[in-house]
Amino acid sequence: MTFERDARTALADGQLRGALRQATTLFGERRRAALATVPDWEGARDRARAIKDETLEHLDRYLEEFAANAERAGACVHWARDAAAACDIIGGIAERRGARTVVKSKSMASEEIHLNAALARRGIEAVETDLGEYIVQLAGETPSHIVVPAIHKTKAQIAALFADKLGIAPSDDVATLAAAARDALRRRFAEADLGISGVNFAVAETGTILILENEGNARMTTSLPHTHVALMGIEKVIPRFADLDVFLQLLPRSGTGQVLTAYQSLITGTKRRAEDEGPEELHIVLLDNGRSRMLASRVTRQALACIRCGACLNACPVYRQIGGHAYGSVYPGPIGAVLSPQLFGLARSAALPYASSLCGACRDVCPVKIDIPALLLHLRAQVVAEGVAVGKGHLRERLAFWIYATVMVRPRLFAWLMRAVRSLRIMPPLGAWTKWRDLRPLAPRSFREQWRAGLGDQRGPDA
Amino acid sequence: MRVSLFVTCLADQLWPSAAVGAVDVLRRLGCAVEFDERQTCCGQPAFNTGYRPAARALARRLIEIFEASAADAIVSPSGSCTAMVHHYDQLFDDARWRERAQGVAERTHELSSFLVHQLGVEDVGASFSGRLTWHDACHGLRDLGIRDEPRRLLRHVQGAQLVELPPPGAETCCGFGGTFSVKYPEISVAMLDEKVDAIERAGVDAVVSGDASCLMQIAGRLSRRGSTVRALHLAEVLASRP
Repeated sequence: MTFERDARTALADGQLRGALRQATTLFGERRRAALATVPDWEGARDRARAIKDETLEHLDRYLEEFAANAERAGACVHWARDAAAACDIIGGIAERRGARTVVKSKSMASEEIHLNAALARRGIEAVETDLGEYIVQLAGETPSHIVVPAIHKTKAQIAALFADKLGIAPSDDVATLAAAARDALRRRFAEADLGISGVNFAVAETGTILILENEGNARMTTSLPHTHVALMGIEKVIPRFADLDVFLQLLPRSGTGQVLTAYQSLITGTKRRAEDEGPEELHIVLLDNGRSRMLASRVTRQALACIRCGACLNACPVYRQIGGHAYGSVYPGPIGAVLSPQLFGLARSAALPYASSLCGACRDVCPVKIDIPALLLHLRAQVVAEGVAVGKGHLRERLAFWIYATVMVRPRLFAWLMRAVRSLRIMPPLGAWTKWRDLRPLAPRSFREQWRAGLGDQRGPDA
Repeated sequence: MRVSLFVTCLADQLWPSAAVGAVDVLRRLGCAVEFDERQTCCGQPAFNTGYRPAARALARRLIEIFEASAADAIVSPSGSCTAMVHHYDQLFDDARWRERAQGVAERTHELSSFLVHQLGVEDVGASFSGRLTWHDACHGLRDLGIRDEPRRLLRHVQGAQLVELPPPGAETCCGFGGTFSVKYPEISVAMLDEKVDAIERAGVDAVVSGDASCLMQIAGRLSRRGSTVRALHLAEVLASRP
């Protein structure tokens, strides 16, 4: 596990921390302002969570309903058990279309299954068209935030990247940089044979998928190429069209602090008449990849209610210090720390549940009230119960907790031991603490000693 | 009112002046205070690190100890340990133990919340000369919903001037997080430094909080950085007399 090392690297990167501080603070402020426009925010959170709980309770039924209605509207629905199956399905569709270039709008599920690399192995180039994703792709990096992929980059770094990769004159003017990206991307849209998108919500009763975005690139990805492939985790389904109401109040406000995103594309099947917008061929890929395992318990199931707004990342004091890459997973931050071990295996991500001070800021901002600290604790208990090693101090920690458990159930031993530590001035081996912080010594007299020495006999003035 | 003090192991051994202060304030307000010496640790370090069997054993002990007390309330100078007791029921599958855990949790209060809501007091007759700022300890704030109570108490302290912390603000975590502070010390200290920077910008004589754990973290860094700002427990300030 490289979390510790990568976090340390991030902490030493002044530009990264500056960019993170600025962006997460801004998103936090915008979010708070946007919440104020909803008369009953708490009620909206409760309603959304109830809808998600109901859906997850009967997920099989809602997925079948969604698939049936989407197919009735002309879509072709595929079921992918895992990442490899999803990549095969999408790669196969691309090859049948004879695609050389595909354009992609933002999709965390596609990052999860490493779709771009899988397509590249088939000789197909995938071009990211979301500006943030495009920046990250040009830089040869991965997204460090689920909503703001290039949050770790400063404007100056992006200017240098564009000058290098797009051959434009160096400029730190945002409009100039965006125009350069648009110019380059328009050409890629024109030559693309296939468009791949993610999905924000999938409505069971109509077979509709909804995609939210701000740049118009998802609209183009889903309507310009002949074929559109939409990739979605199975937890994206919601029962009714009317349910979108509450989720559209919550998601843009929580994510970017917007009352509504600039574009909302509702796609139901393929285009029916020549003059309509939309693809002639629509494939919807339903991705499991570990999600159905999480359905088993009520505690773990709640992480599937996540609508990927990213508010918990912006609110997390740990994420705000180290950014997303240190988590070593496509899903960073608090929600990533609970999703990654469950989706990709506890042994691979055992450090992540511990990458939190359990402050609870994530739970406070979550629009669907996922109790992330409770999930982190659940996973920590699993790490200990299964004996997964986390870091070097693993055995020392087990020994320390064994001693702790032995002493703390014996009050006289506890009192005697603390007296001994105090009188012999034994310093605990806490280099990890004392390297940066002074260690408060044990008090000259503990409370229990003071109580015995007379404090307990004194009485209050009125007693 | 009869009060049983839930001292917490940290206040007992490292910050006894917080517990002595709590006893003093409670007595001043007419409470009869008991202390059961069998109590040790509430089990939170084990629970938060994933050692559930150890946490469960300690939870059972504390439940039995406080069930044996006829006190009207159990009061603690710690939001974090109070929150732990409020979480005890999650540790048990057995319905009887869950019920017993809930019974003890209902009687267990954090100090500031007890003073304001149970005793209905905001002015405890304290006097403290200086500029103070309040640090919200996460579990008191987010698990127990304690935000105004300590501020109301501190505003009534004669001679004290309460100022809010500048960004990232009073409500942002100090980076302690129990074993987190030694598992990932660099991250913990990066969080802490933002807090300490804000405390220094506030130009205060003391930072006050309701948990010895956060205070250890903050005081440890203040002193390492050579700051003259003191870290005090709420109970120490409330116990100060002219």
